[in-house]
Amino acid sequence: MIAEIGAFAAVLALMLSLMQGAMGLAASKRDSRVQATAAIAQSAAALVLFAFVCLIALFVRSDFTVATVAANSHVDKPLIYKIAGAWGNHEGSMLLWSLVSALFGAIYASARGKQGLGLWSRAVGVQGLVTAGALIYTLFLSNPFARLDPAPMQGSGLNPLLQDPALAAHPPMLYLGYVGMSIPFSLAIAALIQGNADQAWARALRPWTLVAWICLTLGIALGSYWAYYELGWGGWWFWDPVENASFMPWLVAAALVHSSIVTERRGSLASWTILLSIMGFGLALLGTFLVRSGVLTSVHAFAVDPQRGIAVLVLLGVAMGAGFGLYAWRAPKLAQPSGFAAVSRESMLVWNNFGLAVAAGVVLIGTIYPLIVEAAGGGLISVGPPFFNMTVAPLLAALFLVLPLGPMLTWRIGDARAALLRLAPAAALALLTLIIALASTGWRAVPAIGLAVGVWLIGGGLVYLWTRMQRGEGPPLAKLAILPLAVWSMTLAHVGAGVLTIGAVAETGFRSEQAVALAPGEGVAFAGRRVTLLEVGELDGPNYTATRANFRIDSAGGAQTVSAERRFYPTAPTPTTEVGILSGLDGDLYIALGEPVRNGGGAWAVRLYHNPLVHFIFLGALMMALGGALSLLALARRSRSAT
Amino acid sequence: MRRRDQRLMMIGAAGAVLVLAATLTFAGLRDSVVYFVAPSELAEKAEPGRRLRLGGLVVEGTVRRGADGAMHFAVTDGAVQVEVRTDQPLPDLFREGQGVVAEGSWRPGEVFEADRVLARHDETYMPREVAEALKQRGEWKGDAPP
Repeated sequence: MIAEIGAFAAVLALMLSLMQGAMGLAASKRDSRVQATAAIAQSAAALVLFAFVCLIALFVRSDFTVATVAANSHVDKPLIYKIAGAWGNHEGSMLLWSLVSALFGAIYASARGKQGLGLWSRAVGVQGLVTAGALIYTLFLSNPFARLDPAPMQGSGLNPLLQDPALAAHPPMLYLGYVGMSIPFSLAIAALIQGNADQAWARALRPWTLVAWICLTLGIALGSYWAYYELGWGGWWFWDPVENASFMPWLVAAALVHSSIVTERRGSLASWTILLSIMGFGLALLGTFLVRSGVLTSVHAFAVDPQRGIAVLVLLGVAMGAGFGLYAWRAPKLAQPSGFAAVSRESMLVWNNFGLAVAAGVVLIGTIYPLIVEAAGGGLISVGPPFFNMTVAPLLAALFLVLPLGPMLTWRIGDARAALLRLAPAAALALLTLIIALASTGWRAVPAIGLAVGVWLIGGGLVYLWTRMQRGEGPPLAKLAILPLAVWSMTLAHVGAGVLTIGAVAETGFRSEQAVALAPGEGVAFAGRRVTLLEVGELDGPNYTATRANFRIDSAGGAQTVSAERRFYPTAPTPTTEVGILSGLDGDLYIALGEPVRNGGGAWAVRLYHNPLVHFIFLGALMMALGGALSLLALARRSRSAT
Repeated sequence: MRRRDQRLMMIGAAGAVLVLAATLTFAGLRDSVVYFVAPSELAEKAEPGRRLRLGGLVVEGTVRRGADGAMHFAVTDGAVQVEVRTDQPLPDLFREGQGVVAEGSWRPGEVFEADRVLARHDETYMPREVAEALKQRGEWKGDAPP
């Protein structure tokens, strides 16, 4: 019964979303109609939420008469992963997509703020249509509530690789980010229909671009962290199509976060902000298509289903066709922006947007190039990390070189000389880093430049903070406490980008690895430490058995122990690796346990990795997300004090 | 500087960056694209130093650890069998008789040196290139999952 009730709720929600679309786009100014539109949006969201709760209930009860549950769950699975199983598969994740879209629509509809009624109403309407599209796709092409006859006695279980806390949180976070881009899209379409994108419009847009960008940042970081410790070979980024699919909307969302500031503060760049909003949502949809269609071979590899892929492509075509068509038709009618000089805060933000957009474009070309070549009959190819490293890395490095200048310049007309003079200490520090890195790594230019760029970003952020502390009366330290939140948020995000850069460069450039065969009691010297295998034993987990090896690590700082496992899930054909990670200040020692060595006298194959400064990567991402969150808080405070 | 000159300067700089990005992109696509081959196409498509992705089924009973600690296994498309050697750990879902993609390089008369091995990631997934190669050779058993 639960499945039927859930499906029924989803169908009702679809009806309401279509109504929301029609009423919103009609944009009646009658008070009762406005209230009805908001109420419909809220009811639709409540119904999708109810349907989603039904799906979770089916997973918790292990109701194997439902196909999705039978294919993805198992009675012996721990409760938390039964719940996570509801969105850890294609059907459930599409319902989650619809849920997020409906919820965001309802939240947006409930908080009208100061924007014009017509704009608000039309944005609610477009969002209703987005939700309806997602629900149509979910119900007709990947119904999570479809029954299975005959029902199996046991489910085939969630992929054990996916039975992991970071990965339970990764899809919802990423979807919040992907679908978060739908509100800027709806606002952009509404602005084009209205023929008006003013500062109030940008003010409504900003929190949503921030929400989407923060969630994308956290979602990507979680996925990357999962890949790092779960896949067992210490990689955190592969330039895999599925990763690129989330990186492209992230780049565009980052550009949007910045351009919407210009539109809000100065009224300029409005049509560019609209274009970015459309493209951002398009890339989010393209991401869903790439992940769900299986058209590209990926280390992640999801279900291959061309029909579903085509359906997503049709939705993408409709959304982008409408978006770009409206843009071409209406954008020239938008008010012309006020001017700014070639050296000003605005121009720096234009450069930021230019760099991020070009980077997104390059990633897009690299990602879909194999599809184009294949369609043109050129055979099957893949574009791997070397391409992205030689194109995206220099672009981002160039972007980061000018980044610290941005905050130091004033709006309209900036003083480049004064800004550069202020930044001199940061530049000196970066140069020093460059020289030391070059000299100590045997003149390897690429990682040295990367490290210097990271230091330059951090130094630039600190100089900006220092400059802000000099303003006004009183001791600088006392002013630290009363600096606006916006200053903190920008500094934190930019310093976070520097920290991430340093981590990524250090890990990529200076990692070391060694494959050894160790019998219990034997040790090996590795990366300035001594790694000794203590013993190997068997143990039982909740729904798996495992071989666990304990290691002792002796370093200058003393001895520590760490254990690595190989887990055997009865539901999976092959064992999975649970690596042992010992984190230190200089990075991680990362140990993966292999098989017993044949004729090796009780020795085990063990792989050792030293990943220098790898925690900087995740720390940097976290700082960027936190910077975004502070900015969100600043916006909330300002709107509260304004009313 | 006049407003018009400033604008021209910005457009010029943007154009320069764009040209640079385009150059890098095309150079990158020319040099770092990895072609996919089936074992029977290897001899004809391999060039020294060119990176390839070799796809096929892992031959039963061929997976072994060599004296040098590296893993060896053979990949087949039903017609030709190619020996693969890799220093890298095999993915958790690597299995005999299953589809696999090995990325690396090959010279005539030598084993295929792989520095990256991809296996299917769930019960129903087969790397698409492998499926294509098997279909071409008529070795395809059963269609893609529902």
